[in-house]
Amino acid sequence: MTSLWPRIEPLLAKVQKPARYIGCEDGAQMPVHAPHKVGWLLVYPDAYEVGLPNQGLQILYEILNERPDAAAERSYAPWTDMEREMRARGLPLFSVDSHRPAADFDLLAFNLSAELVYTNLLNCIDLAGVPVRAAERGPDDPLVCAGGHCTFNPEPLADFVDFFVIGDGEEAVSEITEVVGDWKRGGRTEGSRQNVLAALAQVPGVYVPSMYDVEYDGERLVSVTPRHAGIPERVEKRTIADLNDWPYPKQQLVPLTEVVHDRLNVEIFRGCTRGCRFCQAGMITRPVRERSNEQVRSMVSNGLKRTGYDEVSLTSLSSADYSGIEDVVGGIINDPMCQGSVGVSLPSLRVDAYTVGIASEIAKVRRTGLTFAPEGGTWRMRQVINKLIREEDLYGAVESAFSQGWNRVKLYFLIGLPTETDEDTLGIAELARKCVAVGKQHTNRVTVSASVGGFVPKPQTPFQWFGQNTVAELQRKVGLLRDATKKDRGVQLKWHDPKATLAEGIASRGDRRLGPVIEDVWRHGGVFQEWSEHFDLSLWEDAMARHGLSIDWYVYRHRGEDEVLPWDHVSAGLHKDFLWQDWQDALAASGVEDCRWTPCYDCGACTGYGIEHVVASTLPPAGGSQGTFVPVQLSAART
Amino acid sequence: MRVRLRFSKLGKVRWTSHRDVARMWERAFRRVDLRLAYTEGFSPRPKVSFGLALPTGGESVAEYLDIELAHGEQPDVAALPGRLSPALPVGIDVLAAAVVHEKGSLQEIVTSCRWELSAAGADADLLEERVAQALAADSLVITRERKGQSAADDVRSAILSLAVLDDGLLECELATLTRGLRPNELLRAIDPQLEPGTVHRTHQWIQRDGAKCEPIPLPLPATAAPHARRAS
Ligand code: SF4
Repeated sequence: MTSLWPRIEPLLAKVQKPARYIGCEDGAQMPVHAPHKVGWLLVYPDAYEVGLPNQGLQILYEILNERPDAAAERSYAPWTDMEREMRARGLPLFSVDSHRPAADFDLLAFNLSAELVYTNLLNCIDLAGVPVRAAERGPDDPLVCAGGHCTFNPEPLADFVDFFVIGDGEEAVSEITEVVGDWKRGGRTEGSRQNVLAALAQVPGVYVPSMYDVEYDGERLVSVTPRHAGIPERVEKRTIADLNDWPYPKQQLVPLTEVVHDRLNVEIFRGCTRGCRFCQAGMITRPVRERSNEQVRSMVSNGLKRTGYDEVSLTSLSSADYSGIEDVVGGIINDPMCQGSVGVSLPSLRVDAYTVGIASEIAKVRRTGLTFAPEGGTWRMRQVINKLIREEDLYGAVESAFSQGWNRVKLYFLIGLPTETDEDTLGIAELARKCVAVGKQHTNRVTVSASVGGFVPKPQTPFQWFGQNTVAELQRKVGLLRDATKKDRGVQLKWHDPKATLAEGIASRGDRRLGPVIEDVWRHGGVFQEWSEHFDLSLWEDAMARHGLSIDWYVYRHRGEDEVLPWDHVSAGLHKDFLWQDWQDALAASGVEDCRWTPCYDCGACTGYGIEHVVASTLPPAGGSQGTFVPVQLSAART
Repeated sequence: MRVRLRFSKLGKVRWTSHRDVARMWERAFRRVDLRLAYTEGFSPRPKVSFGLALPTGGESVAEYLDIELAHGEQPDVAALPGRLSPALPVGIDVLAAAVVHEKGSLQEIVTSCRWELSAAGADADLLEERVAQALAADSLVITRERKGQSAADDVRSAILSLAVLDDGLLECELATLTRGLRPNELLRAIDPQLEPGTVHRTHQWIQRDGAKCEPIPLPLPATAAPHARRAS
């Protein structure tokens, strides 16, 4: 099929940031399409500058294009101005690589990293010229699939997505390619769509919602059961056993225009067993799989050489926990090849592992942005959420930073956590204030910004049973913090809109009855709901009302132990009784240790799949394995 | 050592902004390991200075930047185009390089630019008529935004030449100094109804020893640049 470029280009003078639509990144591929190859369009359903850096999408893009039987391209949600121009001229969604129409691909594969992009997913399917409802698609339509963290509760999108891939996609995409390749070579005949979906349902980790019956009793969900023999009752997530087998991306995309995280990103480990109870990412990606030191080093040095970036981010859910992190950081900073000009950033830092050693190495080149996430304002609160960092740990980390020349530190907190009292909320202001005081000993220009987000309970976590705080309650808590920090120069309070927190709550723990609501929000123009300029809570509230669904029931209500949860038939490996026990421990404000360095709790993530942690160091990093014993002394961090 | 580079911006990459291009260059210098001098201070920046910004969407075979090399860095200047072009996106090619001796930044020394423009949907007869009217006029007033206020400016004197080419393109030379005239503003000045089409910068002009010349002239006609068309 020919490129749509000649029709796209005349629109570019009319839209903001036209470089979103041109492709041409370093690392972009121009795969050759052929009848015997399966065409994948990997779609990130948000703006280009948010989607481009997504590592998951880039990894699959490379793995697929290395296969002789696949051709993968990329697409991102066109911004509203571009969408208007495209619709006015009947131009469909297109790939940015060779500007082919989306419907020319065999698969539209969406990456779902956040619930508020669900309406964009519908919009992209529609822009592709494909029926948004899976049941209305025919043999000529591409298969619509989705992966990413949100798919651990796939039900709200069950009406629109033909199949979901649960867990790590590295291996599954190849197996799917083979099944879809057979279907394609068989001519995609009338009625064959059912057969290919049935075949896909046999691929481990693949969930085909149309193969399941759902039964309700009033508001209550009774069961989700396979409709045919041979369809799994429970879909188990995929987990790659060893990250070292997957040194991707090898050719990280270097965008021509500004994007978020515009730097080299190297994933140093996947999974996290710190056990923060609010954290879905940590729960669903167990166990910990570290990349070897050598592989990290070679990915960093090859990546820097190829891209010309002068900053590398060592990514994971908690980068300071990586075995030998100080050596790796020091190795990059002091590498003669880098001529002392390559900055290192460590996102998701645990404060108890952030030492003067790391701070002084990083400061040699560039003081990259520093963010710590104590999450809770008091020790009691942090025991509830199992983020067992002590106040002293935080001050020690902040001290390390300020003593090494930083004058700005960001802190992340959640409000609306289970059992939270006003004392816990106000503890946030207290912590921020004391961090400013620590900084004042080093510099007068101290800014501590405290970002406060409303907590949304997520599926497959110990907090999945918790009733979310109402908008009014979250607003009240934000008000408390505003009053408490008003007079504090140096503390900069930022908060996430509690209304957006509610919308995220609606989409997070819904069942299939949410499908029509999401469609309704989309049909009323609710796209780009992640963006404050487009977000509109009334669209969600009205849609819920129109479909007779209660926000109270879906969002604010506490769930009971025996309740069937909409995602029970999708498994992250975690035993439900493990999660329930952890929930009870949370309510008792009792923490648990990190199983990477202490005995296993049999949560199921390793034991159920016959895999284990891949961790180079048998010793916990500075700060220690969290938990009931006194963490390793912090003197290094305080000198 | 200060080195001036002349480069093209053609094809899809023309939809990137001036700032985007600046970042591409910074990465390219690191990729080929050409060490630049850095500014002093808290956050040192490489010493790179660009000429007049090309509007996003415009093509050019006459873009320039000046770089200050790190102490001791002495590359083969004639080989720089071949070394740098592969480290830049398709459509951006280094056409020539030269050591700079003269004072003044590109922004200060460039006095005018030659452009080839199209006006979407305008026929050649209409353009001819508008060009004749504009050239005959003593003054051409447009309103422009300045610090949030709109002001009426007479831009006639900034139009140094104006003609319609055989292929229907508008060819013009527009002054850049004091407050220069941009290609889209020219269209507005000669007929507010004209819709901006393609924009192509073919030359930037400076004065050297009283003579008009290019900061770095090209040996061949600029439009014959090697993979100029490959990118589109
Ligand atoms: S199975 Fe055991 S070791 Fe593995 S993540 Fe769960 S608790 Fe930790």
